[in-house]
Amino acid sequence: MTVHCARLLLDLMRAPTEATSLSLADWDTVLRLARRANLISRLAESLDRSGVRNALPTPVQPHLTAALALSTHQRQAIVWEARHIGTALQPLGLPVILLKGAGYAVANLNAARGRLFGDVDILVPKSRINEVEAALMLHGWSTGHIDPYDNRYYRQWMHELPPMAHLKRGTVIDVHHNILPDSARNTPTAALLLQAAVALPENPFYVLAPCDRVIHSATHLFHEGELSNGLRDLFDLADLLDEFSAEDNAFWPTLTERARELGLEWPLRLAFRYLEHVLDYPIPPDAKSRLVRRPLADLVHDALYLPGFLPDHPLCNTPKAGIARTILYQRGPYLRMRPGLLVAHLGRKAFMRLYKNTSRST
Amino acid sequence: MKQAGVVVGELGLQQLHEALQKGVFAVQTGLLRFRIRSSFEDVAQSIHALYAEHPFQLAPEFADFHVEVRAPWNLRRWLRPQAEFFIDGDPPFEPLPRDQAPALLEWGMNWTIAASCHQWFTLHAASLERGGHAVILPAPPGTGKSTLCAALAFRGGWRLLSDELTLLDPDTLYANALARAINLKNASIDIIRQFAPAAVWSPETYDTSKGRVAHLRPPIESVRRMRETASPRWIIFPKYQAGAAPLLTPRPKTATFMPLAENAFNYSTLGQTGFDAIARLLDQCDCYDFVYSQLDDALEVFDWIADNSPGLPAEYAA
Repeated sequence: MTVHCARLLLDLMRAPTEATSLSLADWDTVLRLARRANLISRLAESLDRSGVRNALPTPVQPHLTAALALSTHQRQAIVWEARHIGTALQPLGLPVILLKGAGYAVANLNAARGRLFGDVDILVPKSRINEVEAALMLHGWSTGHIDPYDNRYYRQWMHELPPMAHLKRGTVIDVHHNILPDSARNTPTAALLLQAAVALPENPFYVLAPCDRVIHSATHLFHEGELSNGLRDLFDLADLLDEFSAEDNAFWPTLTERARELGLEWPLRLAFRYLEHVLDYPIPPDAKSRLVRRPLADLVHDALYLPGFLPDHPLCNTPKAGIARTILYQRGPYLRMRPGLLVAHLGRKAFMRLYKNTSRST
Repeated sequence: MKQAGVVVGELGLQQLHEALQKGVFAVQTGLLRFRIRSSFEDVAQSIHALYAEHPFQLAPEFADFHVEVRAPWNLRRWLRPQAEFFIDGDPPFEPLPRDQAPALLEWGMNWTIAASCHQWFTLHAASLERGGHAVILPAPPGTGKSTLCAALAFRGGWRLLSDELTLLDPDTLYANALARAINLKNASIDIIRQFAPAAVWSPETYDTSKGRVAHLRPPIESVRRMRETASPRWIIFPKYQAGAAPLLTPRPKTATFMPLAENAFNYSTLGQTGFDAIARLLDQCDCYDFVYSQLDDALEVFDWIADNSPGLPAEYAA
């Protein structure tokens, strides 16, 4: 029953023309799950594009209209924000790479359709990150008040500066010099990503090479401690793969080869696995066979990710999903840090919390 | 979708409580249907009082929003009971003390509409109707907007559309009714108790972030006619000022644009649609500032506004 209700949403996302066969009770479920999984605008756009929207029941219509208004606005806002960032960084004369959502939107990819966006992520060479920070500060972005420990932690171990918020607009930018922390187990060589980046036409920005965009999306997804946007990220991957493989016949072999070169085969392998198992997305057998099989590890991964990817909603939630989410949550830091560092970091966080709480209550 | 003919008041309190516990109770408020789950008895009592005239359904096929008020699953609840609002399993804000649960449901429902209903242009404003025309009262908290709204709705001959959220269709600019409870705070509660003694109230809640609050059941007429829209004709910024004589001043439209945009929940979300909606709204409305201290004076002024289409100079005229 619980899997069935999520299936309703997932099938509809991939086959929107089936929408006319849904009952009103089905819609009640679908809209609730889609809202919770941050997919409602994506669903609305795909129903709109496939021309079935007007044939849907009246009570459903306003929710789709509202969702479309929201994603249209967010898309405009993210492109507008990117323009400000471009203006701030243009004097530095360095390639600024837009990562993830902002990159999809500015490059006009299908993955940006109906997507809800968060912060803007950019990637710049590590050697120039101080200049980038200074230029952004000059244009109104600031890390604000940040605990000295956290500040040092970011700068010593992370692959990004502390998040910078714009003083007037409140928008947040994350400035990265790599796609994984320096402290992670399989951090790729950032120079490889930078070299392959491609310039966007009529734009001051770059984006990662198509293969690298897929690999980054997968890497990000499977290093995250929580999957609140997990389904959205899977749909991003599906859209990227659809679009890139249609443009380039050799895309699939290039993709797996590139993952090997970057040392990021495992997130790609997991992405393939859950695109197939959760979305029913057809991964070419050739592509799968070029990645190492890990049947034992997959047993564990399936136990966590199959329930973990379902919307975190009372309609789908089982005790198993709750446990899976807790374990995934704890797995995030483990993947991003080496054990010694992790223990020191968590120990300090726990101690400081205790210390702060006692000083507040006395 | 067929509208059930039965209203909440015909349901016994016990039946309502059970339906809420099972999560099958759904209430129709304006064009929206909220399905509500809660096992709190005071929530059931509050719904029973505030929505007595509203149509309801049990386990309908479809509801616009599914909300819940319950104790949060944390350790703190054993020390100090709390209530938390959920929409589809997600709590958009921090829990409140347990005794604020009924008010939390009302605020949570408002939040839900403001955060999700971008099919409308939503203003943080009260709106009322007379003769098919709507008056919009935008105002920041503390200006006496709800007090004035309650007075107009109960004794002024105006039909309440909404106290908190004015929902405008972005194409036609018609105002949609919500016909939900009016939220009054502190001294306003006592003023309206005297002014409209027959009104029905939810129990008062103390020590909220807004002070002492109570909700007032909307007049029956406003609920029965909640599917009737109204075309905005006046925009009036009220301001309560102790001891002031009533003073109605025309407002230039140019100076009204930004305050309206600032009072809208989704002005920027709607982008150009939001901009156009305000521009057209100003075209068709007379705009005023209104300072008052006595509700009787206010009713008289609003009568005058409704009865006269005053010949305002060009820069003010609709």
